[in-house]
Amino acid sequence: MTKVLELHGITKRFGALTANDDITLSLRQGEILALLGENGAGKTTLMNILFGHYAADAGSVYVFGKELPPGVPRQAIEAGVGMVHQHFTLAGNLTVLDNVMLGSEPLSRLKSARADARVKLLKTADRFGLPIDPEAKISTLSVGERQRVEILKALCRDARILILDEPTAVLARPEAQRLFETLRDMTGEGLSLIFISHKLHEVMTADRVAVLRGGKLVAERNTTETNPAELAELMVGRKVERPTREDHRIGAPVLVAANVSIGSGEETRLDDVSFTVHEGEILGIVGVSGNGQAALGALLSGLAQPSSGGLTLRGVDASSLGPRGMIRAGAGRVPEDRHAEGVVGELSVWENAVLERLTTPQFSKNGFVRQRESKVYAEGLIKRFDIRGATPDTRARLLSGGNMQKLILGRVLSNDPCFVLANQPTRGLDEGAIASIHAELLAAREKGAAILLISEELEEAVALSDRIQAIVKGRLSAPVPAKDANPQKLGLMMAGVWAEDAHAT
Amino acid sequence: MRLERRTYMPLHLVVLAPLVAVLAALVLAAGLIAAAGVNPLMAYGEMLRGALGSQLAITEMLTRATPLIFTGLAAAVAFRAKLWNIGGEGQFFMGALVSAWIGHSLGLPGWLGVPILLIVSMAAGAALLAGPAFLRLRFGVDEVVTTLLLNFIVLLFVGLMIEGPLRDPLAFGWPSSVPVDDAFRLPDLVPRTRLHIGLVFALVAAAMVWLVLARTVFGAETRAAGLNAEAAAFAGISLQKTIMGVALLSGALAGLAGSVEVMGVTAGVTTTMSPGFGYAGIVVAMLAALHPAGVVAAAVFVATVFVGADAMSRATGVPSFIADVIVALCLLTMIVALLFTTYRVRR
Repeated sequence: MTKVLELHGITKRFGALTANDDITLSLRQGEILALLGENGAGKTTLMNILFGHYAADAGSVYVFGKELPPGVPRQAIEAGVGMVHQHFTLAGNLTVLDNVMLGSEPLSRLKSARADARVKLLKTADRFGLPIDPEAKISTLSVGERQRVEILKALCRDARILILDEPTAVLARPEAQRLFETLRDMTGEGLSLIFISHKLHEVMTADRVAVLRGGKLVAERNTTETNPAELAELMVGRKVERPTREDHRIGAPVLVAANVSIGSGEETRLDDVSFTVHEGEILGIVGVSGNGQAALGALLSGLAQPSSGGLTLRGVDASSLGPRGMIRAGAGRVPEDRHAEGVVGELSVWENAVLERLTTPQFSKNGFVRQRESKVYAEGLIKRFDIRGATPDTRARLLSGGNMQKLILGRVLSNDPCFVLANQPTRGLDEGAIASIHAELLAAREKGAAILLISEELEEAVALSDRIQAIVKGRLSAPVPAKDANPQKLGLMMAGVWAEDAHAT
Repeated sequence: MRLERRTYMPLHLVVLAPLVAVLAALVLAAGLIAAAGVNPLMAYGEMLRGALGSQLAITEMLTRATPLIFTGLAAAVAFRAKLWNIGGEGQFFMGALVSAWIGHSLGLPGWLGVPILLIVSMAAGAALLAGPAFLRLRFGVDEVVTTLLLNFIVLLFVGLMIEGPLRDPLAFGWPSSVPVDDAFRLPDLVPRTRLHIGLVFALVAAAMVWLVLARTVFGAETRAAGLNAEAAAFAGISLQKTIMGVALLSGALAGLAGSVEVMGVTAGVTTTMSPGFGYAGIVVAMLAALHPAGVVAAAVFVATVFVGADAMSRATGVPSFIADVIVALCLLTMIVALLFTTYRVRR
């Protein structure tokens, strides 16, 4: 097979950090290559060099045998390289067609070539099996559809090599599966693809996997000759195993939601939801994102109140306690989005560590913050939860995702909560961090905490949970014990297929 | 070329940024001075001499810096919480007006009356900002618009009062309010100058504001709410309470500025008593990077420009409006300088 793309000895340094260290890699015609690596391994940097966003310090890029000048994205586009960024670059108030045309239209022309572009878009969409309505407004599209527009945008500029940066980061499981099927079909049309991922089961759908670690290319494997376990070890550099749950006795009910609904006006966000979390139990809530997880998270964080139904924590009404009231009542909360809700990035680690409990006597006296005690406490969290690269005075935004999550989990668990809400606790984290977050949650369960885990990762939910309920359009299925849960059954539950009469807990 | 967020801000950059910004503003203004046919170096020399060249000049400059410290603190406190209080000028006049009004006929000794007047003026300034803050929290009304427009309303109200009910009959037709009772005139700091102990009040206020922002739970909550409102709300910090608290503190500080100016300098209120103390306070706060200690230094600088420009104008004939131009340019250059302290330029 011919090589369509070659990278030779690519090296890129940012100050003292070597993001890419002498990387040589090639892509063959009609092949899907997965670029696997943990956060910070240099995957995105490498693709940005290839696409001309960055200029490499050393090395060269050849596309279809011709060398690309460094640092000129337009040259890369003209050579037939298309990039789909992790964070979409679409204008929400414009239509699909407008977005596809945006940037590729010469300014000097008076008449826009709308009709031609429309024909080309429809033809491309048809050829690659990516159906789309050219006149739909971007803001009305789902995330999966928006991604389709991004891909079409690249294809309409005659890309023959497509780079996708973490394409499934924003997609639910079924959408992700559909995407990989589409990508496979696209190779039949002569496209060659590279996608970036840190998820093991995803990279197995590619033809070949290149593993990056610490800026170096550590291995290349054909997927037929490797397995997820080997790839995990290559990626992390040591053996990583996620901890497993051991059966133990489940105690008394701690958190009980009875027929809770949350609605605002016409819109119902939670619809007659009932569940119980017991002492020493992890209850997993699985579901495709956007089915009411946000409302459930807000309810249990104290940010939203039920419009009907009741919530009790250790037998006491907890439906309108507010965030601080929930914490005082013994609840610990891990928010869905650690950057947006979990920490204040510009504040220090110690300030974030005590933020939730600033007004308690432990951390303040007469309205003044007890700085020394707070810093000692933060120091303790850093040690106890192995938060790397942090001192109490480090700005929180400088922590990696995994360490930020350890900080949030640490401040929750160090308060010995009787109930813990863990909302997407490992989203976007690498294997090493996932393993330690799982271990902490299981340790809290061992100590008797009642934990409600909201997750989109089926493996995670099955591995950690004692019982699982599915959330679909704001409604909850009846719980199934984790030992009876298999992917088929959970898949059906997540699709909303369950027996309504079994809806009692 | 691209901008990259700095991982940390080195202290020398934080200190250097306002100095470079001021220098750039002076260079830009030099063009205007040269266009007026005067050697800029000579003009700036006159300016320095006029503001710092003698003991009298220095006391005059510090007198001018006093209200600027208060209004600078008012802006800094509000901006830290992302409450854009542009109404310092109106709050200043409100504080001044109630001080003169109540202070004219309050039959109390000075040691009791002065604190009462200070507190009343704080309440007046705070009340004036409470309205816009409430509208913002309840209905999402942009406080930049409401606070800015309130300035003009307050100024017209002051005009109405000093032409009418609060008119000073002894002012020979000069539009001025009745003066505060002599018992409530602030004692001089330096004899036979206009410098009064209001400067000490201002320095104490700066220290207290620093203490509140850096050490108290309220200060920590304000910072969290200003930097990431969503995370603050998740942590159980009430945005309504912090924003309202900040509004009351900010308005009170600007109100104090007016009160201290009346008791220390003017005795009565006139519509021309402020050369834009409220607006200049915004520049002071920005030059100070919203830090209370920086506010004191920046207020001294802006006062130097204001006082020095008058002297320069007398000596060289360049209109003293140049002071407003320099102060306004400082705001623009400081905003650019802040960009370079937060981000680094990469190729």
